[in-house]
Amino acid sequence: MGATPSVTDATFASEVLTSDTPVLVDFWAEWCGPCRMVAPVLEEIAKEHADKVRVVKLNIDENPETARAYSILSIPTLNVYKGGQVVKQIIGAKSKSALLKDLEAFL
Amino acid sequence: MSTATTSTELRDVIIIGSGPAGYTAALYTARADLHPLVFEGAIGAGGALMTTTEVENFPGFPEGVMGPDLMDNMRKQAARFGAELVTDDVTEVDLTGPVKTVKVGDAVYQARSVILATGSKYRFLGLENEERLLGHGVSACATCDGFFFRDQDIVVVGGGDSAIEEAHFLTKFASNVTIVHRRDALRASKIMQDRAFANDKISFRWNAEVVDVLGNDKVAGVRLRDTQTGETSDLPVTGLFLAIGHDPRSELFRGQVDLDAAGYVKVESPSTRTNLDGVFACGDLVDHTYRQAITAAGSGCAAALDAERWLAARHAEHNAVVAAAS
Repeated sequence: MGATPSVTDATFASEVLTSDTPVLVDFWAEWCGPCRMVAPVLEEIAKEHADKVRVVKLNIDENPETARAYSILSIPTLNVYKGGQVVKQIIGAKSKSALLKDLEAFL
Repeated sequence: MSTATTSTELRDVIIIGSGPAGYTAALYTARADLHPLVFEGAIGAGGALMTTTEVENFPGFPEGVMGPDLMDNMRKQAARFGAELVTDDVTEVDLTGPVKTVKVGDAVYQARSVILATGSKYRFLGLENEERLLGHGVSACATCDGFFFRDQDIVVVGGGDSAIEEAHFLTKFASNVTIVHRRDALRASKIMQDRAFANDKISFRWNAEVVDVLGNDKVAGVRLRDTQTGETSDLPVTGLFLAIGHDPRSELFRGQVDLDAAGYVKVESPSTRTNLDGVFACGDLVDHTYRQAITAAGSGCAAALDAERWLAARHAEHNAVVAAAS
């Protein structure tokens, strides 16, 4: 799924929780249709706002621990982490304009 | 994902929507050299098939095909012939005049003809707690979220083919799936019913409806009411999957295109013509009877041919006027 970098259970703390810039984590899986729809939109947002927010993806099939730790029960779920905390949660695929609106505070 | 190259150009055809209807219309109009601009929709791109698993009844795939793969292929096939695909939602239309205007936020696009293929959206129960717990145990997409309910007890609401398909799929993960249905018999096809009755992980609560969803930060149960006696009872489950049908996605066109009482776009069947000259409609947006991938694809093809012929007739008229004037 495109150019968005991946994080794993092993790298989640170092890549996401201790990051200085806010990180948007896309919880996804290969078999999830709406995840495929939202992926290219996130790539665009990542490109256009690279200075403000880092966008990464986490495959919940391969990294069940992190998905469980954050009680993910639906994908795609987009969590924004700032200072190690979830500061925003977006559930389900949305249009670019809707996502930009949801993420306004971080962009 | 591409963005349209220009917004000032008057196009031959704009297609709003995707899925089998939209992509087939795109394929046909692209092959007819009409350079269609297709707004696939961001949430709905690929349509209802993006959230299904295996499609067993699309002709030409003897082993079945995954819904999202079928859509990817249709999309690529349309793109191969020059369809311009934009993954965003149309926000406003003006379809009444000879030049049709389509807006995506501030961007404005114009065309001589428009094909509507926005399909339908999931129907929700309309309960406050259902909305609050959406994504926290309430789901309208079994294929997306079933994975999270391994060895748990869950509920599927509905009685049609999609309810049975979802329930069947969910038994791969869940320990028990209870189908809650308002009536005492299923609407689903014979083959799906047989499949459900043969699956020992599926049980039924007949004549029951979900009146509340229980739980603080995730679903802990559902409150059921017996439609015969009015008695309520709580069923402890961690997941609630909705399969109670769809509503046409026609709000954008209301007031311009004629809709029936249920909100479906009216067409001059067997053609795909709407009440507006140069506006055609196809797929689940029009069809509340068949609602199959193959019928949607068929009507998308019909809409493309109708638009192509309509444009050709307009072109011929225009030439005759020019010739008479000179």
